[in-house]
Amino acid sequence: MKVLTGNRLTDGEAVWYAPDGTFAETIVGAELASDKAAEERLEAIGKRAYADNLILDVELIDVEVIDGAIVPQRLRERIRAAGPTNRTDLGKQARPAPAAAAGFDGGGI
Amino acid sequence: MYRYDEFDQDFVNARVAQFSDQVERRLAGEITEDQFRPLRLMNGVYLQLHAYMLRIAIPYGTLSSKQLRMLAHIARKYDKGYGHFTTRQNIQFNWPALSDMPAILADLASVEMHAIQTSGNCIRNVTADHFAGAAADEAADPRPYAEILRQWSSVHPEFSYLPRKFKIAVTGAERDRAAIQTHDIGLHLKKNAAGELGFAVYVGGGQGRTPMVAKKIRDFLPQEQLLAYCTAILRVYNLYGRRDNKYKARIKILVHETGAEEFARQVEAEWDALKDGELTLPAEDIAAIDTYFAPPALPPRPEGDQSIKEARLDSKSFAEWLDQNVITHRNPDYAAVTISLKGIGEVPGDASDSQMDAVADIAETYAFDEVRVSHEQNLILPHVARADLRAVYDRLVEIGLATANSNLISDIIACPGLDYCALANARSIPVAQNISKRFADLERQRDIGELKLKISGCINACGHHHVGHIGILGVEKKGAELYQVTLGGSGDENTSIGEIIGRGFGPDEITDAIETIVDTYLAVRTDRAEKFLDTYRRVGPAPFKEALYAGETKAA
Repeated sequence: MKVLTGNRLTDGEAVWYAPDGTFAETIVGAELASDKAAEERLEAIGKRAYADNLILDVELIDVEVIDGAIVPQRLRERIRAAGPTNRTDLGKQARPAPAAAAGFDGGGI
Repeated sequence: MYRYDEFDQDFVNARVAQFSDQVERRLAGEITEDQFRPLRLMNGVYLQLHAYMLRIAIPYGTLSSKQLRMLAHIARKYDKGYGHFTTRQNIQFNWPALSDMPAILADLASVEMHAIQTSGNCIRNVTADHFAGAAADEAADPRPYAEILRQWSSVHPEFSYLPRKFKIAVTGAERDRAAIQTHDIGLHLKKNAAGELGFAVYVGGGQGRTPMVAKKIRDFLPQEQLLAYCTAILRVYNLYGRRDNKYKARIKILVHETGAEEFARQVEAEWDALKDGELTLPAEDIAAIDTYFAPPALPPRPEGDQSIKEARLDSKSFAEWLDQNVITHRNPDYAAVTISLKGIGEVPGDASDSQMDAVADIAETYAFDEVRVSHEQNLILPHVARADLRAVYDRLVEIGLATANSNLISDIIACPGLDYCALANARSIPVAQNISKRFADLERQRDIGELKLKISGCINACGHHHVGHIGILGVEKKGAELYQVTLGGSGDENTSIGEIIGRGFGPDEITDAIETIVDTYLAVRTDRAEKFLDTYRRVGPAPFKEALYAGETKAA
């Protein structure tokens, strides 16, 4: 499965495309693409968001759904979704919203 | 310290206005990211994992209290209350919004700072020995020459679109604290037999995926020829450096493939055409720049010896800090102090806004208003009266910056790694933090002695792992972090590239592996006086391999 992500032009904030048509500041509730057609749709949305000068570094990333939470496969994307692992007081993990549901567990160091 | 003249200030102000307009047009959607990206990079603005990152130039690592206070202000107002000092003696902020960049750059310009040429294929911030002007062992202060190079290389039309980035370092002492042999050009300022100043010139050093030790192509270049000779080097590079392959585009590859001797011949031929022309530095111009770097008037403070003797008896921790973080100054009444940004378990190179403010205050009160950033990611007070060391120490204790670990195993260089960096493959900071905590005991660290441990989260080697006595390189293997260890690297006057010791270690194994390496060293060193690097150079990798991997071989 894949989700669409990028960074917002104005402040660089990491964002994910949500089913309501916005780019949300959390991966929780991002729109999942589970077949080729859905991936192509997200890809087109990403290209348009880039062309419209809204989102940079647009990318479809691989994710899994674990206990209902969207968890990126790569550590890089898990860190993007949560924040720096050495500063849990910063980034999305520090917010009261359910961003912690990104499923990052600190990574074992 | 160098002060902007009218030309400098006008130029920086004009650049702020120009970039502000570019940001405005970008935010309005009038220019695309493809058009904007090279413009923002020219002004130090990167996009990282969580946000934009702004890299601010600190020429040759020298800051006034006023400038450091401005960095604290930026951390507080536009960022998240901290900054990260880098191995290029710069500072990075990890969270600024693009829309705030014009205001940040205007604030910086008000204290004679900017972020120009901290990215891109141009000549980057020129670095220098962080003890310049204070060290007892230098022939002359290298910073006037670094400043001359800065002025020459700033928006130099011929060298603003090089095959790849270009880094220059200058040292004025035989003991190389500026790692000049790992630079594109390394300059060693020295005196010849006649007492004249000039440079030994090294070219083609670098780290990254193809680490190379620079080759000395000239033993003595008269100082007035500095710009003519550097121009000759850059011209040869600009002409023949590879633009077809990013990974082979640095000058180190050109020097390696051409051969140092032939490369030197080409440079000398180019120099012949430039020598004694308009690039020759007039003695009065060198003298004029020199005056900016005149050491502060240091009043006699002979009471230092007695006060230190008493303070030593009074406080063991002060005595330890004195032994570890304070070095001899050229003036016997004074000393140079290393403020460790490597508190046990802390992030190497990070300082909070309040710590920056406090260091600025200390520098103003006790250190003639001057602070340096070292490439080892610490701060330096270059001129402190020995009589004031106890007071400085007490102030540093108050702000949590009195860790007595300079040059010890917990004085780790680490890049931001995968916690922040879009290029990284693995995390660096937590590895550094865990090693620091494992070796927290200062007595144990002092017993181990000088040990430079350096960590990079990718092959670009911002954490200088290739020249760490122990180097750690984070890679991604099958989706997981893996840490490769190199031993025997060094970034001083006897520069060497570390050798890979064997298979890498997982995140939960790497701290143990480092401890095994250290224990092996302690077991095989001849005595306490034999440092880790000397032991490695004497015994080679065998005992370390045996200790790390013998069990596996037997099991297999």
